[in-house]
Amino acid sequence: MTSPTDKPNDGGVPVPVTPAGASSTAPAEYPPASPAGRGMFGNHGTGDVSGYGGLVRQRQPIEEAARPYGGYFDEVRDALEEAYPAFGDAIEKVVVDRGELTLHVRPERIAEVCQVMRDDLALRFELCSSVSGVDYLGADERRLHVVYLLTSMTYRRRVRLEAAVSAESPHLPSVTAVYPTADWQEREAYDMFGIVFDGHPNLTRILMPDDWEGHPQRKDYPLGGVAVEYKGAEIPPPDRRRSYQ
Amino acid sequence: MTTSNYATERETTEGRVFTVTGGDWDTVVSSTDPINDERIVVNMGPQHPSTHGVLRLILELEGETVREARSVVGYLHTGIEKNLEYRNWVQGSTFVTRMDYLAPIFNETAYALAVEKLLGITDDITERATTIRVLMMELNRISSHLVWLATTGMELGAISIMLYGFREREYILDIFETITGLRMNHAYVRPGGVAQDVPDEAIVKIREFLKMMPKKLKEYEDLLSGQPIWTERTKNVAVLDVTGCVALGITGPVLRSAGLAWDLRKTMPYCGYETYEFDVPTHPDGDVWGRYQVRLAEIRESMKLVEQALDRLRPGPVMVADRKIAWPAQLAIGVDGMGNSLEHVAKIMGQSMESLIHHFKLVTEGFRVPPGQVYVGIESPRGELGVHAVSDGGTRPYRVHYREPSFVNLQALPAMAEGGLIADVIAGGASLDPVMGGCDR
Repeated sequence: MTSPTDKPNDGGVPVPVTPAGASSTAPAEYPPASPAGRGMFGNHGTGDVSGYGGLVRQRQPIEEAARPYGGYFDEVRDALEEAYPAFGDAIEKVVVDRGELTLHVRPERIAEVCQVMRDDLALRFELCSSVSGVDYLGADERRLHVVYLLTSMTYRRRVRLEAAVSAESPHLPSVTAVYPTADWQEREAYDMFGIVFDGHPNLTRILMPDDWEGHPQRKDYPLGGVAVEYKGAEIPPPDRRRSYQ
Repeated sequence: MTTSNYATERETTEGRVFTVTGGDWDTVVSSTDPINDERIVVNMGPQHPSTHGVLRLILELEGETVREARSVVGYLHTGIEKNLEYRNWVQGSTFVTRMDYLAPIFNETAYALAVEKLLGITDDITERATTIRVLMMELNRISSHLVWLATTGMELGAISIMLYGFREREYILDIFETITGLRMNHAYVRPGGVAQDVPDEAIVKIREFLKMMPKKLKEYEDLLSGQPIWTERTKNVAVLDVTGCVALGITGPVLRSAGLAWDLRKTMPYCGYETYEFDVPTHPDGDVWGRYQVRLAEIRESMKLVEQALDRLRPGPVMVADRKIAWPAQLAIGVDGMGNSLEHVAKIMGQSMESLIHHFKLVTEGFRVPPGQVYVGIESPRGELGVHAVSDGGTRPYRVHYREPSFVNLQALPAMAEGGLIADVIAGGASLDPVMGGCDR
């Protein structure tokens, strides 16, 4: 991973000069290291002579899961591979971490994969529990990830599907035709991250006002806030406070 | 091109020419049907006593029949998920507790379970802490269902049940105040355990509550179940079957009222629910009446669970032993809620420099959570409450997403309301039990 600069912008968010990290074929499984991962007291560039400021915390890389995955994960993968001929093309990566199975899906294939996941008798993921976005700014060229959590009520299983798109072309097919419940959740992901779900019946903002500019939960969108005076002292907004990190 | 009843028209080289002629008044009048053709659009809310919070409904009506219904949400959006990213992991519990303000313990527990799964300490949570979590969650489920009963009763015109429901809920809030220091927004369930132990007087209060509650439940049923207005307003109203529920992602009492016994406490157990004895009530009809029956039955089941949890409470620690995670603080209930006990402050300030440093680092900076992502789903009073948490390895959440049952369930409103009467929109909406604080976050 090339090193992103740690210089915080106005929002206190570290923004890399160039998108670093994984290539577009392998989606990142980690967000970029936060400033908390380096140093001990957060005093970069100051006269720290203790040496603690140079400590770097190593993060264990998550490796692509090796067979057997354990539990029902193998069955799910085999069933999907059998029912979906384009499996090799659509699935970019399989990750098993903390007892959860994640299939990284090529974004243009997501609706097809969901269709198979729902309809195949050996899979039967009838319920789409959750759709959410995560912004991996600085760790991935395709920084916007959409995370679908599918639940099989028949087999009592859960699987996570993850699709990554870039901020320049944040398009992927909507799964509302397969899971009508994704309607509002995709609208929320659009509202908060600017991810465009093609084929969604009514992709408008849902939580923010209609005329809002920007997508608030992107990592380069500052938290904002105003300083408050309390008993004579000025308390800065949360993203400007001393972080002790 | 519109045709006019008052003038015939034809196209000429000079444009359209209208020929105005006389006509029979009856033919003019009969060509429009003011009763059936007139569609009016009614905006209901966001400030309306019957929409269960700041929910806005846009209804297209034909007479009293709802042709189209659309709900508009977002009026209570407070950016809690974004704010979490600027606080450390422990501070997160004080934010999430404010989401669904009728079920704060559930928000906290789901968050705590997610953080514990990220930390890999799920198995280290002490038995007493887990039992207390179950105890608090089930009490909270009762109080949430009571508010549902109270507000739904009020929205359908039964004011007495509103007073009774809030009265009994007050009792539970009293218990919560005794245990956590606060009636709402407790921040009591923390990553690693709970903030502090349950005092003995709370146990006495809960026992009293369990003795008192069955009589009250009987009272509610006497008041409502046989009452003709209540049955007329609820039976066969806002029906949604299992297929519709699953497609729309509806979980919780609404799904169970359609007949599917899907309850995460049974189907994907957490917090040791598999070791408790309780039933999952269902109802075959899938209407508002069914949801009323299911929720009343769930109150009874929750009381069973509270009783079992009380019997299981054995003395022991309520926080994980790991001093890198558990706050060294010893909390006590002060005049303004909860804070550090004075003895503890005196000890770390006066006697132990290392304790002071450790305390300072852990409270200001927080613990580090290994990178990765998890999803945890629990059964809240409204359905599956899911937390998708992502860590970058630092002391603050990288991303926390709440799969809020209120938000997802509200999508069912058009399916329930369209084609019905406008009065049934109120009954149907109320039966979903949306809490806008949770829906909008």
